[in-house]
Amino acid sequence: MGDASPPPEAPLVLIGRQQRRRSVVAVDRAAQAAGLRVGMPATKAQALVSGLVVMDANPAADLEALERLALWALQRYAPIVAADPPDGLVIDTTGADHLHGGEELMLSGMVNRFFHSGITARAAVADTLGAAHAGARFRAAPTLVVPPDGHASLLHGLPIAALRLDNAVTDALRVLGFKTIGDVASQPRAPLALRFGPELGRRIDQAMGRVAEPIDPLRTPDLIEVRRAFGEPIGAAETIARYTARLVDQLCRALEEKALGARRVDLLFQRVDNSYQAIRAGTATPVRDVKGLTRLLTDRIETIDPGFGIEIMSLTATIAEPLVARQVISSLVEEPEADVSGLIDIIGNRIGERRLYRVAPVASDVPERSVTRVAPMTADNGETWPSHWPRPTRLLPHPEPIETIALLPDHPPVNFTWRGVRRRVRRADGPERVFGEWWKRDAELAAVRDYFQVEDDAGERYWIFRAGDGEHGETGSQKWFLHGIFG
Amino acid sequence: MRDHAVNPVIAELRERIERLEGGAIRTRAVLPFGVSVIDGRLPGGGLVLGALHEVAGGGNGAIDGAAAALFAAGIAARTNGKVLWCMTRADLFAPALAQVGLLPGRVIYVEAGDEKTLFSCVEEGLRHGGLGAVVGELARLSMTASRRLQLAAEGSGTIGIAIRRWRRQTEASDFGQPTASVTRWRVSVLPSTPLPVPGVGRARWLLELIRARAGESADFEVEACDAKGRIALPSDVVDGSPQKEIGRRFASA
Repeated sequence: MGDASPPPEAPLVLIGRQQRRRSVVAVDRAAQAAGLRVGMPATKAQALVSGLVVMDANPAADLEALERLALWALQRYAPIVAADPPDGLVIDTTGADHLHGGEELMLSGMVNRFFHSGITARAAVADTLGAAHAGARFRAAPTLVVPPDGHASLLHGLPIAALRLDNAVTDALRVLGFKTIGDVASQPRAPLALRFGPELGRRIDQAMGRVAEPIDPLRTPDLIEVRRAFGEPIGAAETIARYTARLVDQLCRALEEKALGARRVDLLFQRVDNSYQAIRAGTATPVRDVKGLTRLLTDRIETIDPGFGIEIMSLTATIAEPLVARQVISSLVEEPEADVSGLIDIIGNRIGERRLYRVAPVASDVPERSVTRVAPMTADNGETWPSHWPRPTRLLPHPEPIETIALLPDHPPVNFTWRGVRRRVRRADGPERVFGEWWKRDAELAAVRDYFQVEDDAGERYWIFRAGDGEHGETGSQKWFLHGIFG
Repeated sequence: MRDHAVNPVIAELRERIERLEGGAIRTRAVLPFGVSVIDGRLPGGGLVLGALHEVAGGGNGAIDGAAAALFAAGIAARTNGKVLWCMTRADLFAPALAQVGLLPGRVIYVEAGDEKTLFSCVEEGLRHGGLGAVVGELARLSMTASRRLQLAAEGSGTIGIAIRRWRRQTEASDFGQPTASVTRWRVSVLPSTPLPVPGVGRARWLLELIRARAGESADFEVEACDAKGRIALPSDVVDGSPQKEIGRRFASA
């Protein structure tokens, strides 16, 4: 809404029409604090709070926004994503979590990203859609990872409202004295079905994982997609590989028409039991290379369980970027450097994009800050580190404290003890003084490290430093640390 | 060390096979060290390019692998093209590699979660053929595994360097097991080149060529890689043993 938006501290409610009366459908935090609740008549809300900002709810626009969000999640997290109106997203994270550092990190990362774009989100991951749905809404704070096979015990303690039933059914169950899902699940099924219809039993079974609940993956016309439906379900790996190659060929032609190249492709298999399996492959640069893409996808056919057979295969370019043919100047004298992007894609898809990187220099004297990881295909600008000070081959992840005997202020230690081994210093070089970066942290305003290269009797060379300049207490603790090992 | 078979007939056959294989390799491109004493010991006059070479550290170097990594970086720096460096423990400090001529723009690091993934990444890199060198920091390397890497390297002509690095000193005895690598090196640190002033001079290594296919094993005392990745013979070693020199000179600031 831009400038016309109401101030964030003013209570705000959205009003929708339920049958013939206008009632509150959404309240913000300030309005909630003022005592307004969802479902109240609009007139009552206005009477209760003065200065209330009232706006009309727009369910169609909400749904559209949710789908945009789902598309974002599709491009970022996993190939099977669906919008779950009115306020949820469903992501099938099977085989995707390790690429984001595990389930725990994936969820917290997700919530953080939503937070930075102004959305307060809660996320849960569980074995079944029903359990994750309930966990996210009733237990997540703000994330929840339900351990494998832990969904039943989670569900037993949750209120009936977590079952995704009609309000009327939930209310009726509550009137009958049922409080938790466990209460309902332990009752004989037939009388409940007679009274409330089959929906109640189905929801319980879905949440418990006794009945399959297929996710209908989000598909938008913006993405380039090719699909192939089979008369007879297929299942053999060779057949899948053959049709994968055909689909990739079709997709590449479709991409070429739009002068695009794929950065991420999703191959979805719809099985005869209506569930989905997926392979996702990413590339470091936009590609339209049929052979390479096919290789990336067929590499992981063994992760696909065809079940009773696959009915439909569809291939989508989830992320596509412009790719136009370029003329290359060849010098004939020098051999051009070989293109390794294909290799990077293969390895990147196997171990996760983050574990494949290049290191680039950062202008910082603090050793651990002087390196940063960049994507492997980042253009090389030829930068390197200044080479006038020796740098160790191995840098310990954390400097390890050592016991030393040293003259102050600027002599290297005479000997030091590291990991229980005492070493006599035969030769030493230093100090190389590194000042704290006060513009990064206040605590580093006066901090100093004095680095020495020392060599022991056996010729082993270590990089040690003293936290502090040896004279002034405010520059550091004056303790010694070992930070690296020279080759 | 070469394992001598008990049966002399088998030993003779092995030698003949080795000679045949060596003959096939000799025709391939090599990467010389530029030090005639070392190159002369290697069949073909240098490290064979399409082959697997093994490097391990001696003493504490078996665990930190610092000198071995620098030695491998020096070799990789003298090849053309990008370098794939696969490891499970990401404690390599890139500025040190840049100081031996392996600039950051050339190295692509792969941080694998376990040895199996690491191995498959090294193999994939060797098969690709567009890389200058593939370096893998491996703890275990069985005969079958090394044979696979060797075949992959032979097929593409990319030099493969396996840095053997273990978690514990006791595991380092694994280095004696036979593998299919063409050469096997052990790099141990030695006291640095003495300087006339207090300070640490150019690092020195004891470079042991433990095994060379169709060649003899040998020891060299060398000065560590310079800014172009070249090792050199120390000037005082050319004429005789340096050992008695080191005892007298020590400088500590």
